[in-house]
Order: sequence, then structure tokens, then C-alpha cells
Amino acid sequence: MATAPAAPKVNHIGLPILEYRGGKSTLCAGCGHNAISERIIQAMWEMGVEPERVMKMSGIGCSSKSPAYFMTRSHSFNSVHGRMPSVSTGAILANHTMTTLGVSGDGDTASIGMGQFVHLLRRNLPMIYIIEDNGVYGLTKGQFSATADLGSTLKTGVVNDLPAIDTCALAIQLGATFVGRSFSGDKRQLLSMLKAAIAHKGTVMLDVISPCVTFNDHEGSTKSYKFMQDNDEPINEVDFVASFDEIEVDYESGEVYEVEMHDGSSLRLKKLQEDYDPTDKANAVRTLMEAHTNNEVLTGVFYINTQKPTFIDLLNLVDEPIGQLPDSVTRPPKSALEGLMASLQ
Amino acid sequence: MATGDLALGELQRATNTRERVINDFSINVATVNGSGSQSANSVLLKCIFGMGVPVSGKNLFPSNIAGLPTWYTIRASKDGYVARKRNAEVLIALNPETCRQDVLSLPTGGVAIHEESMNLQQYRDDVVCYPVPFDKITATLCPEPKLRKLVKNMVYVGVAAHLLSIDLSVVENGLRKQFAKKVKVFELNFGAVKAGYNYAAEKLTKQDPYVIERMNATKGKIIIDGNAACGMGAVFAGVTVVAWYPITPSTSVVEATTDLLKKFRVTPEGKATFAVVQAEDELAAIGMVLGAGWAGARSMTATSGPGISLMAEFAGLGYFAEIPGVIFDVQRSGPSTGMPTRTSQADILKVAFLSHGDTRHIVLLPGSVKECFEMGYQAFDLAERIQTPVFVLSDLDLGMNNWMSEQFSYPEGPLDRGKVLTAADLEKLGSFARYKDVDGDGIGWRTLPGTNHPKAGYFTRGTGHDEAAGYTERPEVYVAGMERLVRKFDNARKLVPGPVTVKDGTSKIGILAYGSSDFAIREALDQIASQYGQSVDYMRIRAYPFAHEIHDFVASHERVYVVEQDRDAQLSSLLKLDLPGDQVGKLRSILHYNGLPLDAQTVIEEFATKEGFRGISATHVEDVETREGAVAS
Repeated sequence: MATAPAAPKVNHIGLPILEYRGGKSTLCAGCGHNAISERIIQAMWEMGVEPERVMKMSGIGCSSKSPAYFMTRSHSFNSVHGRMPSVSTGAILANHTMTTLGVSGDGDTASIGMGQFVHLLRRNLPMIYIIEDNGVYGLTKGQFSATADLGSTLKTGVVNDLPAIDTCALAIQLGATFVGRSFSGDKRQLLSMLKAAIAHKGTVMLDVISPCVTFNDHEGSTKSYKFMQDNDEPINEVDFVASFDEIEVDYESGEVYEVEMHDGSSLRLKKLQEDYDPTDKANAVRTLMEAHTNNEVLTGVFYINTQKPTFIDLLNLVDEPIGQLPDSVTRPPKSALEGLMASLQ
Repeated sequence: MATGDLALGELQRATNTRERVINDFSINVATVNGSGSQSANSVLLKCIFGMGVPVSGKNLFPSNIAGLPTWYTIRASKDGYVARKRNAEVLIALNPETCRQDVLSLPTGGVAIHEESMNLQQYRDDVVCYPVPFDKITATLCPEPKLRKLVKNMVYVGVAAHLLSIDLSVVENGLRKQFAKKVKVFELNFGAVKAGYNYAAEKLTKQDPYVIERMNATKGKIIIDGNAACGMGAVFAGVTVVAWYPITPSTSVVEATTDLLKKFRVTPEGKATFAVVQAEDELAAIGMVLGAGWAGARSMTATSGPGISLMAEFAGLGYFAEIPGVIFDVQRSGPSTGMPTRTSQADILKVAFLSHGDTRHIVLLPGSVKECFEMGYQAFDLAERIQTPVFVLSDLDLGMNNWMSEQFSYPEGPLDRGKVLTAADLEKLGSFARYKDVDGDGIGWRTLPGTNHPKAGYFTRGTGHDEAAGYTERPEVYVAGMERLVRKFDNARKLVPGPVTVKDGTSKIGILAYGSSDFAIREALDQIASQYGQSVDYMRIRAYPFAHEIHDFVASHERVYVVEQDRDAQLSSLLKLDLPGDQVGKLRSILHYNGLPLDAQTVIEEFATKEGFRGISATHVEDVETREGAVAS
């Protein structure tokens, strides 16, 4: 006798995780980016974000292809190389009520896209900006990118003799209000960070080390699975409790840095290194710089500021999406033109 | 050198008997930039306008903030000719560095109003000189040294008003309007005007023939520059997101737009229903425009040649991913930085195909400030209807100079927001394919982010895509998509503003042109008819892709002169790509690209030479060129 299949598990808005899935990935088997896509799906599902309320934005590169592999129900814009920030800015201005998730790569961000990236940070544009960081250009077969560490080598033996750009240090300095680094292989940390990112209002910049199995996963690479397993130094243990969760975790006081998010959820950062304060910008940048000297890859939430106004606040926009206001609001009346004409006579 | 044979005494006798020249001359105010002369020039222009006389003003300025020579020319024309005239008859010389050249550029019998210390009469005995102690008059009027240079400008307005018979009451009204709420500023300025006026009345004897007489040709008309008109058009199209990077000569498009948005688009609670973003560069500006257009906002940017170059990659994405957006290109002289404060029409070919790959764009070509306004709003309707970036090609002459115009009319009918599916539509349809040509016009239906339906989302991409916006490299699917874009573009021929047939059926010879060339061409056609008895037909093109009427116009003429303001006959090239092969040979070119606005004389001379008309002597042409050099250097 056949038994009815068990109803799929649903999130708090009644959707099964299937509704958050995307197309089949065309990236290499084992690519870190696929793991990140999985975590995005899980985070969005667990947070109960309506898929059609999400804008997925990207530039060009392996990473930028990945929005096709998660959340098919969402709106998506795969733009041009290094220019995702500007397209996102326009889209968010038109509709700031959406949840916006941008996926970029280390080349797309730190080389061709540097100009737009830094200005996005300055504006504290409300969006999640993920760098799927593997230190190489994959689609063009393995050239170094600007996040490749000094001294790391290509498969061919070529040594990188230029210093890496630390996108996290840059983001903290230039105005992003939630900055962290994770590793595609660290499911738990990445998921918690993504969930907190969804709850944050402002620019979230997450640099996720995501090994390229084809061009940068060898001995001598500092972006390989092996290197990350050996050198990943979490600065804090990231735990996120959504506003609708009823889980209570008790920490001893002084052990945890707790941040209340706009939607009532809370981000709990358990201190692992001495007394790390994620609201101290200067200390955050100094800590990152010191880690480079020690060849450590720090991960965790480095900086958070829930108070800084976003670009939308600065522009003082109405609550509704300005791109969808009725014509009666957007076109001034005839009397307005008549007044202007009278003043020009 | 244009010195005449007349000695000064004879000149005076000659001018006494000479007929007065009424409402048909130009004034050239020669000064340095940063001297604040702009508002005085504008007052003088508006006084002539206030006297009911058709007038136009042109600012020939350097790419500099302070201290370099600047000329402002004001043309009064009873016949309504508003194009640049090569030589002004009346000079107001305030720049010692250029005064020699300036006075040498006057025609015989011309007038120079100048600072007393300059002694311009030494260079020309065939012009009337009116020395005025501007500095002394200003010093007594204005003890505050900082304000003196501004006040001095108003003194020359007063002197000119008296000499040209402009009513003082008209000047007073003009100033009151200009300084509406600033009584003290008005008093200081009008005091300066009166001082100049009185000085002229007491110390100068009118010896020249140039006068302004009241007419009734400006009633109900407005004065505005093309950039302000473009901005106004955008605002009355409901523009909501503006992203831009400052660049001469387009900056004032965005400034005008922003001022109006602040005026009309703030809620009673003080919240904005618009966003203006000064982007980090033009790449970002166009990226923001496309992002906003994709998400449903009417969005625009304004730029000039160098910015257009930077926007190239995104322009192709906009075309291929089919995203609306409006780009105002106020053209200036290139290549590269070129001459940033000089006019040109040399972007048209680049803009028509802006990007890599097989890309084509809709380009609107306003030929007056009124059309700057009209196309300023039509561009948004077209961009959303056709789902593509639309370029509005203005130029520095049209954009930054003051033009008299009919009043602008409020757009008829509602905004055309194009093909957008709502959640209710999706519910009915069940699904949709973004790039499917369901209506046979090559235009698919789109959805906007935020449409509350599980089927609303789609994947926008610049990569090869099928009807459902899915990635593909399949040859036949790619070709089908590219051919649909051609169909869509062909249909646009009927949607864009058609050409204006100014004159047709009178001649075997035709002229095709666009944009700001119109003013000089109309004047030239009148002159060609009266000087050579030759009637010439004229059609003004207002958009690319070209309407079929343009093909018909070429077909019905033996030869067609394409008049344009660039070196490489770009409009002509674009026409040649579009016309049937047997028509191409009919096109001839009249080109003007020295950075100055086109003038009628250039058109007449080029036309006469090419048509083999006699009557223009070589020496005359040479003289003119020498003077031109003096003005432009």
C-alpha cells in the first residue's frame, strides 16, 4: 500500500526550499561558488524572503554566472564586467523595497570593477555584495586577480609579485556597514553571515574565499581548500537568531558581542580572539592588516554599524518604490508648465 | 584687413545721410570670463526682446573659469533670423587683450563702445568709436571693490541702451524680473544702468545708424536655452531617476532637471519622489540609468562626446537586453577632449551604432528649444515603448545659448509606459516569455521587479538568450533574436518624430540637415532665392532610424545637399547606409566644423560654389576668414 509522501518542509511564509532553487550549475564540479549558491538558497529560505521580492545582480565571470543557479523565481540582472554596482544602484533607487543580492568575483570587483565598487561602499547602498573570491580569472583560464596573495603561485609556477587588495579592509574604510569574510567550505559560518546580511540595512560586503578547483587549488595557492583548512582563523563565532526564531542560547556575559538588527533579529558574535569589538573601524582595519603579516586568513564579521544612514535615507525617498509611482505623481500638472512659461516671457 | 577708404569726417557725413539700420544687427560684447558679464548680457538680450524684436544670444567662451577672452553676441533681427552672424556691427570692447582684434573684426561703418583708455580709433578710422570711462563711473557708483566688476557690466548695458534707443523702462522691467526679490541688488544694478545711460545721453553724440525700434514680434514668446528645455521635457515626462557625471556642455541639462524636480516632486511631508545621483563617471551614470529603467523608473543621463565614448559598452547591453533609458548628448567639438566649449554635430555616427557588435540606437534630433522640450519627453515614451536606450542629440549651440521660442505645450495624452505585465496579467496568462514577439512588432512584454507573482521574475542578460531569456548559443535562436531586433528597429521608423518638410516641390535641388543647423539654413535659403533666384527645397531630419519620407525626398530631387556640422559628413554616411544604392550618388555635402555655430553665409558660399553661381568674390571670402580667425582665436 502506497503511503502519501510526507509534505515538504516549509518556511514561515509557507514555501518549500524547492521554490528557492535555480537552474543547473554549469560551473566545474567542486567549485566553491556552487556551495555559496547553496548557502544563499538556504539563508533566503530560512529567512522566509519571498523569492520575487529579491533582485539578483551580477557582473561578468564565473561568479557572476551563479545567480542563474539559485532562486529562479527572483528577478535577475547579469550586467557587464565590473559594473554591477551601478546597475544595482539604479535598480535599488527605482525600487528600494526589494532585497538586493549582488554576486561578483575578485576580478569583477577588485580589478575592472574597482571604480564602481568603492563608490557603492561610500554610498552605503542597501544591498548584499558577495565576492566569490578565488584569486584567479576562471573563464579566461587562470590569470591572477588582484586579490591573489603576494607569493602565491599559478599552476604553471608563475609567482604573484604584487600585493593582494584586501576588499574587507577597503570596505570598512570606505563606508560599508556590515563587512565579513567567510569560506565556501564553512557552511555554518557562511549561512549565519548570510542570514544576518539579509536582516541588515545598508551595504553588506562579504568576501567569501571560494576555491577554483580547476585553476587555483594546488600547492602554492593561498585560495585552495587545503590552504583555507590550514589557515582559516575565525575572529568570532557567528550566530544569527532571526526575529521569528524562538531559540534561546545562553552565553556567559562578556563572551558574546550581540548586535540588534533592524528587523528585531540579533547577530551574536562569540569572541574567539581577545576582546574584538566589531564596531571599531580602525581596530578592524588594523587587525586585518596584521593578519596579512602573519599569513592568517581571518574570517568572521569584522565590522558592523546598524545606525549609519543608507543612500536611500540620504536621498530622503518616499516609502513606495519611486519607479512604480503613478503618472499623476511623476508628471507635474499643466499648471506647472504654464507657470514656467509665464516666468520665461 | 577690412579697413575702408573713408576718412573719419567723411564717415560722419556718410552716417548722417545713411539710412538707419533698424532691428537688424548684431552686438558683440568682448570681455573676459569670470567677470560676471553673463547677467548683463542676458539683460541686454531681454531688453531687445522686451522691445518686441526677435533676438538670439550666443556665448563664445573658452574652457576656463576666469581670465580668458569671452565673446557674447546678441543678434537682433526683424526678419526673425536667429542663427549666428559672422560679424557683429556693434562692439562693446571691455577686454584690453583682445580689443585690437575685436575692433578690426568690425565691418566698415561699425560701432565700438569701449573703455576710454583703449583708444580704438587708432586701429580703425572707418568705425564709430564711443569711449566711455567705465571704471571711473563704476568707482563713484560702487565703493565696494568686490562688486565693481559686476556693476561695470550694467554700466555698459545703460550706455548701449541709450545709443541703440532701448527704452529705459524696458531695462528697468527686465532688471526687476531678474532680481525679483532682491531689492538692494536691483537698486545697485539699475543705478549702474542709469549712470551709463545718462553718461551716454550727456557726453556721446549718436553717429551710427544702428537702432532698436519697438516691434510686436515677441509677444507671448519665451527665451530659454536648449539644455533647460531638455530638462523641462524630461520632468514633464515624469523622469524619476537621474544619474550623471558633470561635463560641458551638458551639465545644465541636469541642473535644470534637478531644480524642477525639487520644485515639483517633493511630497508635503518633504520626501522625494525622485533621485538624482552624481555618479563616479559616465560608465556608472549609464549603468544606473539602465538599472533604474529595468526596475521601472523613467531614468536619464546627460553627457557629451567623451561621456558617450565611455557609455559604449552599456549602450550595447541596453540594446541587446532591451532596457529603456534616455541619454541626452549635448555635442561639443572632438575628437578626444577637443574644444569642450565649442559646438559640433560630430557624434551622430558614433551614437547611432554606439557599442560593439551589431548595435543600433534610436536617436532624436531636436532642431529648436521647443523640440528640445518635446523630444525631451517623447524620448521617454519611445524608450519604454520600444524598450531600448534612446539618445537625444543636441549641441552646445542649441543647448547653452539663449533662443526665442513659441511657448511649450503640455504633452497631450497619458505617458506611454510601454508593454509591462502586472501580477493580474500574469495570473491570467499563466506564464510569459520576456523576448517573445507576441504582437508582431518585435517588442516583447516585460515585468518589473516587485511584481507580486511567482512567474514575474526573469533573467536579464547581455549574453545570448532565447525567448524566455534563458542562456543560449544556439545559432538559429541567436539569429532569430537578432532579426527580431531589426524588425523592432524598422518599426521604430514610424514611431519616431518624422522629418519636417520646410519646402518641397519647388526645385530639383534639395537640402537635408538636422538640429541647430536649421536656423542658418532657413536664412540661407531666403538669401539664395533673393541673390541667385534659385529656389531650394529643404527637409529637416528629426530622428534616426530615418522615416520613409526622407527616402522619398532624396528620390524626388536631382541632387541633395546634406548640411552638417562635422568634418566627415557623418549624417551623409548614415543616409548612404540607409538609402537604396541608386540614390546614394545624389548626395553632396556642405560641412562646417570650426567650433562656431553654423551661419547662413557659410551655407550660401558653399552652395553657390558647388552650384557654380557667381557673385561671391574671392577677396570677400578671404576677408571674412581673417575676421573669423580673429574672433575665434
